Amino acid sequence: MENAISDFFKELDEKVGLNFNIFYDQYEFSRFLNGAANSLELMFWVISVSIGLGIIGASAQSIGPRWLKNIIGAYVQIFRNTPPMVQLLFFYFGLGNLTPQVDMGGYTEPLISSFTWAVIALGIFGGAYNVEIFRSGIDAVPKQTREACESLCLSKMQTNVHVILPLALRISLPALAANVVSLAKTTSLAYVISVPEMTYVLNQVWSDSMNVPEMILVLFLFYVVVVAAIGAIFTFIEKRTSIPGFGQ
Amino acid sequence: MLSSEQDRAIPLNGQQHEPIVSIRDVRKRYGSLEVLKGVSFDIRRGEVVCIIGPSGSGKSTLIRCINGLSDIQHGSIIVDGIEVRDPRLDVIALRRKVGIVFQQYNLFPHKTVLQNVMLAPRLVLKESKDVVEQRARQLISKVKLDGKENVYPGELSGGQQQRVAIARSLAMRPDIMLFDEVTAALDPETVKEVLATIKELAQDGMTCILVTHEMGFAREVADHIYFTDGGVIVEDGPPSEIFGNARDPRTRRFLSQVL
Repeated sequence: MENAISDFFKELDEKVGLNFNIFYDQYEFSRFLNGAANSLELMFWVISVSIGLGIIGASAQSIGPRWLKNIIGAYVQIFRNTPPMVQLLFFYFGLGNLTPQVDMGGYTEPLISSFTWAVIALGIFGGAYNVEIFRSGIDAVPKQTREACESLCLSKMQTNVHVILPLALRISLPALAANVVSLAKTTSLAYVISVPEMTYVLNQVWSDSMNVPEMILVLFLFYVVVVAAIGAIFTFIEKRTSIPGFGQ
Repeated sequence: MLSSEQDRAIPLNGQQHEPIVSIRDVRKRYGSLEVLKGVSFDIRRGEVVCIIGPSGSGKSTLIRCINGLSDIQHGSIIVDGIEVRDPRLDVIALRRKVGIVFQQYNLFPHKTVLQNVMLAPRLVLKESKDVVEQRARQLISKVKLDGKENVYPGELSGGQQQRVAIARSLAMRPDIMLFDEVTAALDPETVKEVLATIKELAQDGMTCILVTHEMGFAREVADHIYFTDGGVIVEDGPPSEIFGNARDPRTRRFLSQVL
């Protein structure tokens, strides 16, 4: 790792005393990259699971039978009314203890890794909000639009697929963007169940090298950049799916 | 553009005197409020009928019952042989015969004009894209929106949107068209273009049932006028009779207020 960047940070450490060792030390740099990759992967899966749950839950709530609506209502209440950290601990230490261990040759590992538990717990947590977000989008499509579909002989399924959902998803986008950003930030909580994501990894780095303020700054900026990127993706989607003369 | 292909959308047969819609003693209530208190009349093929009357007299409810958007609790409505109160009613078969245009247009805002007109024939009639597109373009031209095929509803005026709604309904080749106060939400200058479209349709021989507050239009286009008040038909007759020589004081009072 011999280049201008590493030279700069090495000099910064030697002359100013600011130790950003992850940018000049090969080993620390690989730790940093690993943490970043794990964080991004965790965000990707958590967001995907939460959006999937949101669409399924909201669709079931609008067309499903009474009992299913009640189950989804209870799910939303439970997971919106408990802190995400408690949910992580509940899943990992509560349910994790009940899942089988796998013999890895000499030592055992749980069948479901802490990473997978984080995806499950935070996906379910974010999904509870997304159910409500998509439901409000579906409710915002005027009743008369359904009547027009009915009069044109469209089936319930055709009405939902071709008319209601495309409109509801567009209406939901701003609220969805806010929740997805919040969820991306919440992945740092996976730290408490030792998922080697950014927060966890940088904590290890600063424990080893005693460069806490520097690493906190890096951690802070990492989330600033990632959240800005997610925001940009949503702005792009909103622009691409915007309809002239609708919702402006 | 009035090509002969379009005229095929209108039924051509000799049953001019058979009623295509037969309404018998229809009653409907919302909770304790009875909005239709025994309404009966017949509409013949090709006839243009206007239903007028004060707000809340049950006009809109009545025409919504004809295509089954609202149900009735008593009486019968037979549309070209289909009874809407039949427990085994094939609602699709009923609605394929009856097109409806609403006060608020209710277009699909995320679809272009052409897509709005093509959607139902593609999905419901399962016709090929080429066939549907050709018909849709003809209908868009018929409602005088040439050049607006790829524009979204939100970019059109109210009157233009309403004409798209008419084209969208016609694309399903209905036998009867219902118009539920279709000009009530429009600016005065765009009302004319919508009424011209309906008038042309009526002249082509389409059976039309209109709920309207446009008395001048009703007088000019309607074959028969029904005046409703308080859930019953107070008086009916040809326009010359209703507008020139109404018998019932309620009709006269209403007309003196709106004319």
